[in-house]
This record gives sequence, C-alpha cells and structure tokens, in this order.
Amino acid sequence: MDVVTLSRIQFALTSGFHYLYPPLSIGLSLMIVIMEGIYIKKKDPRYRKIAIFWTKLFALSFALGVATGLVQLFAFGNNWSIYSRFVGDVFGSALAAEGVFAFFLEAGFVGLMLFGWNRVKPGIHYLATICVAFGAHFSATWIVAANSWMQTPAGYRIVGSGSEMRAELTDFWAMIFNPSFLDRLTHVLIGCWLTGAFMVISVSEYYLPKKRHVDFAKRSMRWGLIIAVVMVLLQLVSADSSARIVAKYQPTKLAAMEGIFETTSDAPMNLVGWVDQSSRSVKAIKVPGLLNILVNRDLHTPVVGLDQYPETDWPKVNMVFQSYHLMIYMWGGMCLAAILGLIMWKRKTFEKAKWSLRFMVFSVCFPFIANEAGWFTAELGRQPWVVWNLMRTTQGASPSVDKGMVIGSLIMFSVIYIFLFALFIFLLNRKIQDGPEAKALKGDALYRNPYMAEGEVT
Amino acid sequence: MVLEYCQIIWYLIIGVSVVMYTVLDGFDLGVGCLHLFTKTDNERRLMLNAIGPVWDGNEVWLIIVFGAMFVGFPPVYATICSSFYFLIMILITGLMIRAVAIEFRSKQESRTWRKTWDVMFSIGSFVIAFTIGVLMGNIIKGVPIDQNEIFRGSFAGFFTPYTVLVGVLGVTVFMMHGAIYMLMKTEGEMHERVRRWVTPNIIAFVASYIATTVTTIVYKPHMINLMKETPYLFIVAVLAMLVIICVPFFAVRGKDGTAFIFSSLTITLLFVLFGLGTYPDMVRSSLDPSYSLTLYNSSATMATFKVVLIVAGIGVPLVLAYGYWIYRIFRGKVSLDEASY
Repeated sequence: MDVVTLSRIQFALTSGFHYLYPPLSIGLSLMIVIMEGIYIKKKDPRYRKIAIFWTKLFALSFALGVATGLVQLFAFGNNWSIYSRFVGDVFGSALAAEGVFAFFLEAGFVGLMLFGWNRVKPGIHYLATICVAFGAHFSATWIVAANSWMQTPAGYRIVGSGSEMRAELTDFWAMIFNPSFLDRLTHVLIGCWLTGAFMVISVSEYYLPKKRHVDFAKRSMRWGLIIAVVMVLLQLVSADSSARIVAKYQPTKLAAMEGIFETTSDAPMNLVGWVDQSSRSVKAIKVPGLLNILVNRDLHTPVVGLDQYPETDWPKVNMVFQSYHLMIYMWGGMCLAAILGLIMWKRKTFEKAKWSLRFMVFSVCFPFIANEAGWFTAELGRQPWVVWNLMRTTQGASPSVDKGMVIGSLIMFSVIYIFLFALFIFLLNRKIQDGPEAKALKGDALYRNPYMAEGEVT
Repeated sequence: MVLEYCQIIWYLIIGVSVVMYTVLDGFDLGVGCLHLFTKTDNERRLMLNAIGPVWDGNEVWLIIVFGAMFVGFPPVYATICSSFYFLIMILITGLMIRAVAIEFRSKQESRTWRKTWDVMFSIGSFVIAFTIGVLMGNIIKGVPIDQNEIFRGSFAGFFTPYTVLVGVLGVTVFMMHGAIYMLMKTEGEMHERVRRWVTPNIIAFVASYIATTVTTIVYKPHMINLMKETPYLFIVAVLAMLVIICVPFFAVRGKDGTAFIFSSLTITLLFVLFGLGTYPDMVRSSLDPSYSLTLYNSSATMATFKVVLIVAGIGVPLVLAYGYWIYRIFRGKVSLDEASY
C-alpha cells in the first residue's frame, strides 16, 4: 500500500471513530433541552431527574467527542499538507467560524451544564443547556459547510498551478451556501436526532420489562418515540432531496451508489446486489425504472451512467454501492423499530412483548451504523477527488510524510481507539445499570431541589 | 498595504490565542503535573474539580490557535503539522488520554481504577507541557524545510539539548502556575499542603528560565536581533524579570490572587519575548533563511481576512464575556457535590 492509501485509511479511521460521538451528543442534547424545558415549565422534579440522567450519558459521549475531535484538527495538516495549502484560504474561514462561534459555546457552557445544578438558578442552568445544544448543532453546521464545499465547490477562484495551486475565497456566503450544503446539513442533523432518540428508546426499553425505573422509562420513551417517528419520516424526504443534488452535481457518485454503468432512461433501483467493476456488471434484485423516477420524476430523461466518464474519474463502485445500501437498510431497521414502538404504545404493551422489546433495545445500533455508512458513501463516492473536479486525493498528501510514519501513527490510533471504545461501552453500560437513581459518593452534597425549601433534597 | 495590516492583526490574534491557551490551560496542565503529589482520594478529587468546570473551555483555545493558523496562514499550518508529525501525534495522544482520564477517573469506586487514571492524567499533563515546550524550542531553533516548504529533517532532530531545555521550561512554568491556581481554590489542610509546593516550583521555574535565557542569547543570537535594532524593546525583558520577581513576592505573603495574576503575566511575557525574537518568521528554515515562512509571504488573501476579522470581531468579545461569567459562577474555593468528578 502506498502512503496516500495509508493516509486515507488513517483519515477514515480517525474521522469515522470521531463520528460515533458527536451525533449521540447532538441527539441527546435535543432530548435534554426538551426534558429540562418540561421540568422548568411544570416544576416537576421527575423531569429534572430525567434530564440529569441523560446529561450523564451526554457527558460521556461529549468527553469522547472532544478527545477524538482534537485529532481531526491536526489531521488535515499532518497527512494532507498540499491539500491544506490548497483549501486553507476557503476552508479555513468555515473552521474558524466553527471554533469561535460553536466550540466555545459548547465547551464554555458544558461545565455549567454538568456541574452547575446546585450553583445557579434553574432558568440559568437551562440557558446553559440550550447554549450547549445550540453550540453542538452549530458546530455540525460549519463542518458540513466545509465538507459540502469539497463536494460542490462554490464562491472561489483558482490561482497558480501545480503544487502552488490554491483556491482563493471570492464570496463567503456562496462558499458556505454551496449547492449541496443545506440538503446535506438537514440529512446529517436528522441522523443525529435519530441517534439520540434511539439511544433514549433503547435504554427505556431495557428498563421496562425489568420493572426498573418504570416512570422514568415511560416518560423518556414517549419523547424518544415521538422524535424517532417524525425524524424517520423526514429523513426519507431529506434523502430524496440529497440524492437529487448528488445526481445533479456529482453524477459519478450517484451512478456508483446504484451501480449504473450505462446511461439509460429506465435506471433500476437495486435492493440488494454486488457490483463487479472489471466486468461492468451488477448482480442484484432490481426494481426497474425506480431510480429514474426518483432522480428525474419521469421515465424518459436518462440517468447518467459511469460510461460518460473515463474510468480514472470513477470511485470504487462496489464500496460506494455497499455502504450506500447499508445506510438504507439501517433506515429500514429504524423505521421498523419506530412502527413497533408506536404499536406497543397504542396497545400499552411495553412491559410484555418479548422479542419486539429485544429488537427495540438493539435498535440503537441502526442510527450509528447509518451515520457511518452515510459518510463513507459521501466520501468514497467523491473519489478520486479530494475537492470535486479540482484536486485529486493523490495530489493532496504531505510530501514529507513517509510510509513508516503513517503506519506508526495508524497503529497508535488503532490501539488508543480500541481502548477508548471499550471504555466507552463499559462506562455507558455502568451508567445505564446504575440508572437515574444512582447513589452519590461519600462526602458529596446532594442535588438540591430549587423549588423546595432550603435543605430538602430530591 | 491593507493586507499588511490584516496580516499583522491576524498574527497578533494568533499570539493572543497562544497566550490565552497557555495561561488558561496552563494551570490545568500544572494541576495535572502536581496531581500525584496529593495523597488521599478526597484531595485528588479536589484537584480535579478545581479545574473541572473550565478545562474543556480552556482547551478550545488550542483549537483556536491552530484554526486561526489554518485560515490566516495555511502554509504555516500545513508545514507545522506535516513537519512536526510525530511531535504532534505525541501531543494528541497526551490530550486524548488526559481528557478521558479527567472524565472517567471518578466514574468507578475501585481504587485501582482511580489510581490508573490518576497516573494517566498526570503523565498526560507532563507530556503535553513538555511537548509544547519542545515545539516552541524547535520553532526558535528553526526547522529544516526546503524552498518548497517540504520538511527535510528527522524525528530525532527535534530533541536537541536546547529544545529539551525549553521543554523543561514549559513543564516548570505550568507547574508553578498550577500550584498558585490551587492556592486560590483550596482551603484548610489541603491549602497548607499546596502552599508547601509553591516555593520549590517557583525556584525550579526561575532556574530553568535563567538557563533558557542565557542559552538563547549565546546559541540563538537571532532571537535578540530585533531588540538590538530597537533597544527600547529591552524594556520587555526587564519587565519580564520584574514580573517574575513579583510572583514569589506575593505568593509568600498569602496574596494568592495577585500572585496568580503575576504568574499569568509571566507566561504572557515569555510569549511576547518569543514573538519579538522570531518576528517576522512563523516557521524559520534552518537550511536557508530565505525559505522561511513569514507572516508576510504565507498568508491568506484579503477576501478571507475580511470574513474572519468580522467573525473574530463579533465572536471573541462574546467568548470573553461569557467565559468571564462562567469563571465568576465557579469562583471561590472548590467543594464537592453529586455532580462533581
């Protein structure tokens, strides 16, 4: 393997691992904003307990998000120095805005959110929670803007050539609101909210049949389910809109997602399949014409196939195809879980149904896999470009970084990440087993209830 | 002309961010380095919770430093990250381990669990402090980059006696800073214990500061070129000395807050001296000075500066305002409650 491939694996590993946590943090932050909002409104300490419990899970995923996110800050310059010089002028302003507007908001107020329960009035604490949630969402916004610019560049001009080539910013708002930004942002955020909602559903469904924390679980469950149902449906709309943008601006990516080698006006939708790039064939269960209808809304405008482009401009077709389809299957899983949840809610059979409950507990895996698979589709589908039609990935790597260095750091990251992931699962499980009634440590003051008289505790 | 002003302003913004990072995360790192000098679990929790609500926000300044470099001086960001590849990997490892150590340490009652994370937290802090020093030392010394800004050195080349000395300076200045911070945050028996740490830490810092200053003047004479040209800049060096003297002066008299301000000023002035010595280079080439990346030959364009100066103009005052507010909420002596680490 050459340095570029190894560097790509390293980037995929570090960003893929990082992306396990931010969606969970973003999704849970929305849940906490809702729960604490109800608590403030009703002054009902039960909702306070709910908010505190989800805040604990949030803290865990936030800590890992910060730790793994730091790596991303350096990753561009470490292995992709030519790319960094090329995009710095354009890309940097989005990252700077993220740092100043989003990170500080998040990191500044998270201390108050986690440690401030006894320190400040409920209203002020709620303000901190909202700031953290807003910061987390805003942070995603800038990152998606920067990445979307790499998919559909806008608001720039190219100066110089060869290794001196640089993109210069000409129009900031055109750069941020590049053609794919809004659709991709919506898609990403809905993915995050689904992650939070299914975490809540999964934990609640874990407690219910065991008759533990029943009141807590039902109240959490209700909100988790509402968000999950709404978002599963909205994600379908967003997916359709995103795919049409891909078809318009990145036709090779769309062709690879569905394995379309020949331009045709009755392009099929493949349900399951396998692509053999060398023989240009797709073995699949197909729905004829469906892709055509989805992309063009008719059966006579052709869908552009890979044959319109030289093979040097193709991504690895089967990899894009499989990760894209994996994402769709995961959506199917979430859809099923949401429907099951609704049925059980209606019949009030949360405690009884056995196998469907197990399915619901397990359902938390779907959004995580879908998030990862979605990003793999987006990034693998963009290949061989690192910036669409402007710079090839092979041109962007650091010339001074050799194979040994990348292998060394790759091993280092793998070891640390396996270790961190094991810890995360261990502590997550611990927090869930302890539940919302967790005991305080010796010597601690208890959470005060600001709506009760001085000295009383909840 | 206007671009030149923008370059200088952005250079100063990066400088201010470096100072903010080292002053604020400096005491977090110092507390981490001192962590293992405490004995009981309760004391260690006090140490952690003294920085608990703020360390995360403090670390964002490091992100700002590199983010601001990426946007304002893309070639500098690219060159520093790709040249210092392994040093940055070490820094990242330290930052990651330290972040999870703080977060995870008190999540289990087990003594081995807590001991392990205590050690991780402390080692992580030492590694970060030392690596930052070594990085600074290498930037003073110069980096072997050729005319295409490509690194031509080796990992071993980063560790010369001089850079290690600057690394030690990094550790000692943060330890002093952290000890004085803990003075402000503790009371009773713990406070007395912390007080005993302060003097040795100040002595260690002053010793490494004098050693670094002398070696720099003797072996890195380019660092005082600017001062030779404009002699009134020597005031900064004199000021630094006065400020350093003030740290023990106030610390032994029990004026903990004032001592902390002077300790923060010490760090600030160290970076002012660093800036005066390296200006206008951001990455100095040790192969040929004409290959160096300066703030004038490696910046972003006017269009970008316009955007980011607006962003910084709106964002930074906001950040400082609510940062100040959060510090005020958590001011005073640290105490433990159910939400603590």
